[in-house]
Amino acid sequence: MNPLAGDIFFFFLKLSLLAVGGANAAVPEMHREVVELRGWMTDASFSQGYALASAAPGPNVLFVAVIGYHVAGWQGLVASLLGFLGPTFILAWGVATLTQRLAGDWRLAALRAGLVPVAIGLILATGLVTGAAAARGSGIEVAVAVLITLASALFTWRSNHTPLWALGAGGVLGLLLLR
Amino acid sequence: MPTKPVPRNAVSPPEEPPLNPPPGPGQLFVAFAKAGLMGFGGAQIWVRRAMVEERRWLTERDYAEVLGLGQVLPGPNVGNAAVMIGRRFAGLPGSFAATGGLYLFPLIVLMGLVLLWQGFADEPLVSSFMHGLACAAAGMVIGNAFRMSGRLRPPPEQIAVGLAAALAAAWFRVPLPVIVLVLGPVSIGLVVWRMRRAT
Repeated sequence: MNPLAGDIFFFFLKLSLLAVGGANAAVPEMHREVVELRGWMTDASFSQGYALASAAPGPNVLFVAVIGYHVAGWQGLVASLLGFLGPTFILAWGVATLTQRLAGDWRLAALRAGLVPVAIGLILATGLVTGAAAARGSGIEVAVAVLITLASALFTWRSNHTPLWALGAGGVLGLLLLR
Repeated sequence: MPTKPVPRNAVSPPEEPPLNPPPGPGQLFVAFAKAGLMGFGGAQIWVRRAMVEERRWLTERDYAEVLGLGQVLPGPNVGNAAVMIGRRFAGLPGSFAATGGLYLFPLIVLMGLVLLWQGFADEPLVSSFMHGLACAAAGMVIGNAFRMSGRLRPPPEQIAVGLAAALAAAWFRVPLPVIVLVLGPVSIGLVVWRMRRAT
């Protein structure tokens, strides 16, 4: 077995329980350790891997698999995912068990209902931050980018059709106008 | 201790159609696999769409509450939600099926991209398309926040909490644990206040 795979496993194991708010919240810490302290990846390959993981479909947490693969091949990939997802799986399982046991308790109901507006507010923030990051280029390109974002938001909000239409249209508009 | 009446917004809005029977592990795997594979801009939106709108396994409020818990716990929000939703419907096999479905196919796509990337990283058509896609994905996330809150019909104080959370995270860049630790208790307190007032 590749000895680095073990290091990868324990590194992500340690990181996983700190990643409140998802993998994106832990990216600065990953960068500090993986690039600056351990020198496992260059800055450029770290950024490129992150961009790929964000652009690809699926949870952004899969970025840890890119790091694991880069450092220690397929063993590193498996080690990174087990290390990062294992503890959070067990914790989420425990909390789900607890909430099912306490079902009907008004304090639990208040806790759950109280977290909802915070969760939705943070979703809105994610959209605003990624939208601002995507609004780049020349003046016209920024305007086009913002219009695509607004139109897609309106479509997702108001229409019952799948948002894949908005994504496809956004990609095609980008192809025509953002170059 | 007598149970308090549920707050008025804990009941799903009357226009939501009735729920379908709870799924087994196989159905969970398929639903989460589809959501993960389409999950541009974060799989959360697609998981919500599958659970609440397409398959009708959860009400809008059920889903929002699971996601709220998933956000407080460490790790990927949607991954935590997958564990909890799978647990609720089909126990441990359900959690494994939902988690596996969520990650497996996007992982294959992503590793394919990583292995192929050098070949087309500098292709301008690809980067233009990806740029437009990124804009649309961001809009999709914003629209989804409005869609969820519109269907939940929150009272005004909850709208204020949501906007404060969005502002703190997007504009002031307050670290997420701080937002959850400060606004979470405030929000829970407001829910209790409204429960008391309703009695």
